[in-house]
Amino acid sequence: MKRTIVLLAGAAVLVIAGQAGAKDWTEVVIGTEGAYPPWNSTNASGELVGAEMDLAAELCARMNVTCKIIAQDWDGIIPALQNGKYDAIMAGMSITPERMEAINFSRGYFNDPARIAVLKGSDLEGLETIERLTLEDIDADEQATLDKLKEALAGKTIGAQIATIHANFIEQFLTDVDIRAYQTQDELNLDLQAGRIDAAVADNQAFKDFMETAEGADIVFTGPAMSGGVFGKGVGVGLRKEDSDLLDLFNQAINEATADGTVTRISIDWFGTDMSM
Amino acid sequence: MNLQLMWESAPRLLGGTALTVQLVLLSLLLGFVLAIAIALMRLSGIRTLSSFASAYVFVFRGTPLLVQIFLIYFGLAQFEAVRESIAWIVLREPFWAAIIALTLNTGAYTSEIFRGGIQAVPYGEIEAAKACGMSRLMSYRRIILPLALRQALPAYGNEMILMVKASSLASTITLLEITGIARSIIARTYSPVEVFIVAGVIYLAINFAITLFVQRMEHRLTPYLHRA
Repeated sequence: MKRTIVLLAGAAVLVIAGQAGAKDWTEVVIGTEGAYPPWNSTNASGELVGAEMDLAAELCARMNVTCKIIAQDWDGIIPALQNGKYDAIMAGMSITPERMEAINFSRGYFNDPARIAVLKGSDLEGLETIERLTLEDIDADEQATLDKLKEALAGKTIGAQIATIHANFIEQFLTDVDIRAYQTQDELNLDLQAGRIDAAVADNQAFKDFMETAEGADIVFTGPAMSGGVFGKGVGVGLRKEDSDLLDLFNQAINEATADGTVTRISIDWFGTDMSM
Repeated sequence: MNLQLMWESAPRLLGGTALTVQLVLLSLLLGFVLAIAIALMRLSGIRTLSSFASAYVFVFRGTPLLVQIFLIYFGLAQFEAVRESIAWIVLREPFWAAIIALTLNTGAYTSEIFRGGIQAVPYGEIEAAKACGMSRLMSYRRIILPLALRQALPAYGNEMILMVKASSLASTITLLEITGIARSIIARTYSPVEVFIVAGVIYLAINFAITLFVQRMEHRLTPYLHRA
């Protein structure tokens, strides 16, 4: 019943937006995954919490709209936006050219490098590479690191969450690997810990969070912190292409919240580091 | 509706058919053997055997297959004892974890189908077997089980079709069968409707083949119902 109402509301918003062109946004429905802590997750009492939920509250106040946040599984998160189930995505979604073909993105609000994680004692532990790898204008050192990764990971089983920049990275930069695609980060973590996969690729924070739990104590990083190129331009708000007025509202709100330190504060609250950009 | 996308995704989805068919055939085969054993245990009249069998059926029929797959794949892997045991060689692989879950699940349902079939064998036939001097084992082999299986065939055909559909849950443990491939195409194209329509058609085709097969079997096993 609730879902029907949300759908109807979403459809109504679509119709109105379509008719009026520039509509006055008073209510914005935001979709999130609710399974990607500390970005967004569902707590024991079923509420959506996380850095993005705090940021959403700040942005909505600045945009002068009331916001409602609903959860949606990752692999349907873009179609549900297009179908009008909600108006914006805040789900740790990196801005990539592939996704830009389907939807619009606000400017980035957080940026988190990607990391490779392995089990302690794995022969992949402690790969000697440069610390940061930016996949734009690849120089000699960076190419050497890429080659080294390729060689070390050849023939291994590597996991990533399905349809993420991390899965794209594995497909494009690593050859001869057996890719396992997971529905959620939690499942990826579980299989890494169980030793079913040799390595996993995901956001730095997603692993750090797991490493702090008892189950994740045996997980360590290896290789460089990676960003740029296939890893996208940070994490932004996903919006329908036609809602350019909403895009402007979000961009302005993110600019303000970044300039006055709000984004930094939320980032330190949830991630322990400043990931504002 | 993007017809081009549907056309392009068809060959990739068909590529997942082999894995779907493997999952279904292997688990149906193993489940069939398991089901006969469980049905016989239930009807054995030996208290420990029959209560073990009914507890098994109760658990595997009473919980969702999705939960069973998750617990067998992710749950068992939580225990270090399991990861260090020989069983890990099998449980480590998502394919075998799926086979185990599907087998245990279909075994529970099918054993009930067979139990019904065995109990429906007319008592007169069993008496006739006895009168001919058949031992209990021989009467099971020659009279009771063949009749019971024939009786159970329509219900079992139903179970086969359910298994084809249930195999799609293997996609939740990283297996790229038809549904797994569909999900990964959708993840790239954001077009769930087109891709799932094509996947649905492939499942329909598989189930159509099963329906034909079961019909033919029924026809062959019931010659007394129609003229040759």
